[in-house]
Amino acid sequence: MSASCDLAIVGAGIVGAACADECARRGLQVIVLDQGAIGADTTAAGMGHIVVMDDSDAQFALTRYSQRLWQELRPELSDDAEYEQCGTIWVAVDDEEMAEVWRKQKYYTDRGVPTQVLDADALHALDPNLRPGLEGGLLVPEDGVLYPPCAARFLVERAQSHGAKLRLGTAVAHIGQGRVELANGSEIRATNIVNAAGASSPLLTPGLEIKKRKGHLAITDRYSGFVRHQLVELGYLKSAHSLSSDSAAFNVQPRRTGQVLIGSSRQYGAEHKEIDHDMLARMLRRAQEYMPGLGQMSIVRTWTGFRAATPDKLPLIGPWPGDASVWLATGHEGLGITTSLGTAHLLADQLTGKQPEIPLEPYLPARTGQEHVHA
Amino acid sequence: MPSLLRLKVNGVAVEVPPGTTAAAAAVLARQACRTSVTGAPRGPLCGMGICFECRMTINGKPHSRSCQILCEPEMDLRTNG
Amino acid sequence: MVSVRQFDVLVIGGGPAGLAAAVRAADRGARIGIVDDNVHLGGQIWRQSLQDGPVLDAAKWLERLQTARVEILAGTRIFDQLEAGVLLAESGDDLCQLRHDKLILATGARERFLPFPGWTLPNVMGAGGLQAMVKSGLPIAGNRVVVAGTGPLLLAVAAYLRKHGAQIPVLCEQASWSSLARFTWSLLGQPAKIHQGLQLKKELTGVPFATDSWPIAAEGKDVLESVTISRQGKLVTIPCDYLACGFHLVPNTELASLLGCQLRGGYVQVDDFQQTTVPRVLCAGEPTGIGGVELAIVEGQIAGLAAIGHNDSARELFAERKKLRKFAGALATTFQLRPELRQLPSPETIVCRCEDVPLSRLRTQPSWRASKLQTRCGMGPCQGRICGPATEFLFNWNPDSVRPPVFPARVESLATATASPEPQHVAPIGGQG
Repeated sequence: MSASCDLAIVGAGIVGAACADECARRGLQVIVLDQGAIGADTTAAGMGHIVVMDDSDAQFALTRYSQRLWQELRPELSDDAEYEQCGTIWVAVDDEEMAEVWRKQKYYTDRGVPTQVLDADALHALDPNLRPGLEGGLLVPEDGVLYPPCAARFLVERAQSHGAKLRLGTAVAHIGQGRVELANGSEIRATNIVNAAGASSPLLTPGLEIKKRKGHLAITDRYSGFVRHQLVELGYLKSAHSLSSDSAAFNVQPRRTGQVLIGSSRQYGAEHKEIDHDMLARMLRRAQEYMPGLGQMSIVRTWTGFRAATPDKLPLIGPWPGDASVWLATGHEGLGITTSLGTAHLLADQLTGKQPEIPLEPYLPARTGQEHVHA
Repeated sequence: MPSLLRLKVNGVAVEVPPGTTAAAAAVLARQACRTSVTGAPRGPLCGMGICFECRMTINGKPHSRSCQILCEPEMDLRTNG
Repeated sequence: MVSVRQFDVLVIGGGPAGLAAAVRAADRGARIGIVDDNVHLGGQIWRQSLQDGPVLDAAKWLERLQTARVEILAGTRIFDQLEAGVLLAESGDDLCQLRHDKLILATGARERFLPFPGWTLPNVMGAGGLQAMVKSGLPIAGNRVVVAGTGPLLLAVAAYLRKHGAQIPVLCEQASWSSLARFTWSLLGQPAKIHQGLQLKKELTGVPFATDSWPIAAEGKDVLESVTISRQGKLVTIPCDYLACGFHLVPNTELASLLGCQLRGGYVQVDDFQQTTVPRVLCAGEPTGIGGVELAIVEGQIAGLAAIGHNDSARELFAERKKLRKFAGALATTFQLRPELRQLPSPETIVCRCEDVPLSRLRTQPSWRASKLQTRCGMGPCQGRICGPATEFLFNWNPDSVRPPVFPARVESLATATASPEPQHVAPIGGQG
């Protein structure tokens, strides 16, 4: 097929799906391609945590913008996307982490994000299965969770209702100069091409500085009410910050099914998808340290996923300097689900010449012309 | 003939010979082992520990595969939610 | 508590193949262990019953096992492999690290279930399933049991239930009369089978046996009350207490897949010495091809002997294995599922029982993986063991790769399963069963 379209999006994960939806709604003729099924790769592996983060002003801006877009979308989202606004609790184990709670609280309050500082008793009242002896935490009530594969499918279907075309089971060999060359030899011509291939995006755009950061997850049988909020240790930030060492952090999520989803871990240089027993064990031990009751619960499945990580921990959203027809929507590390909607809006704004609602510069691919220190 | 074990299934008292599994006791007591995720009553299917339909809350422990667990005196079996 | 045990040969599965393998591997005084999830050894076909104790054939092998001082690990469930040569298992509240030089997988088979309206009602069970329940203490005397599905297991189950006082209004076999006739003819070369067949015929005198017949629906409010069957095209509704329904057997290959063994046509690929494609891992019995008890015993013996290097003795059993494999071939052909069975489930019929996913939600999915992610089919605790074979038959889907845990396991077990555990207890090496 060599018919022309406005926009060919490579990757039907949550980011590609969101881009397809937004661009199709704005009247662009879109085709979405994926070598597998919708939301079946990193999107399926992720936790589906919709969270405002404050590592940097740019990260905050994009996550907050996106979180609001999810809230607006919520009434229309299909039920099987299982959106729950359960809130996040950042858990502090000692005075040092409690100081971090106050710092975060101020940062969010100054920017209009509602939060509540919790002392030890309040923390326990909100999530009683956390171990006693914790210092406290920060509740962010507007954060939520959803089930990513179905959310991605919803976005793709909505894109299709606006005329977008979908081709699954279609591997892409090469993109550039207005052409998408498929692995089977045929070709699609598009005015613009979006590389939304996540951890695989460097394969399509050589030179992209994206590294795979492997994560492990485990999910339990149904234990309704055991966890009430997405619980994350403040040490998570140290884990996400680290550019070189393998790490595990306490991060658990209540799913609507009553299952407890347990994360999180980060590993570098791990190229294979297999479960690493030591890493999984480390992650589960960490989880048990915060919630001892997890120990006796039945784990039904474990899996891994590869986050797409950039050197400065911000995604790439915008034109690729190496080719006038290629755009990037990738490099979302652990925030792909959250920032997919914001990414889609910023990309669509750039494609249609609309003024974006938040400053674009921090996410532009052209910024990587500057020096960056990375592992 | 060894004496029968007494136990309760959802509060219903049953007496079974030693060597009886908890699942057999539940079926004998005409009690569902578990309630499915959409609320339907379920009982044992495979009898060999792989289908997980026989899950009950046994002495307070949820998701116990009752077809692999022998009845014990005063055992408390409840339909797994 | 973590216990570490070391074996020269570890056998997984305490059914006919596993027992035979363990006994023969113990010939030379090597340290042998045998692992089974159930409370007693015997597997499915030799399941010990509350009322009668061990099955006669099983008792002979069990006695040899005791004499050979094979260590028995019952109530023990393998859930993962830590690294080559080290399996992880749960037993009660404990975690076991099972170190072995050679491994023999004798993981047997399970029944294939096909969905039809009402199949999820309590008291609808597998054929082997109901038999296992009766052996585990469920009284059946005076109860009406409809037996349906396909395969020789139906006959064995019906005979067993009858012997224990059940009334069997009908036994419905979906295979055609002519397939069964051809099958019976093919058994003429196997005197043992003929004897078994005649024995069964005697035990089933008076039980209506219907070929070309299958269940259409199970009816009842919160529990089974009746079954409607299609009997050579005619619909008949039969009030009953239980429906024992299974559609032959599928091999338990999950552990073999986890270990990296190559499968062929859904069965574990083995050479003449029952060696899989993974060094030091052998496989015997149903996982290599559904073939019944006698074949499992022969394959188990070959595996056991090969594991300890007694290849010449193993070779002596090749001819018998060859003969018995013909029976396996005949089984597969005779009890093939007919296409009408694909029409049994209605759109509302639950296909994935763990997650209550109806047929209507699956019909629109392109693959097993897509349906898993979009509907959760296969993501429940049975890990696709029930719905996998069903969807394979209904939609021609192929299952995914297998990941640990190959059986649900506690967080605590997975959390302490590392290469260098700090065991609180190390069991004495080479302990007795």
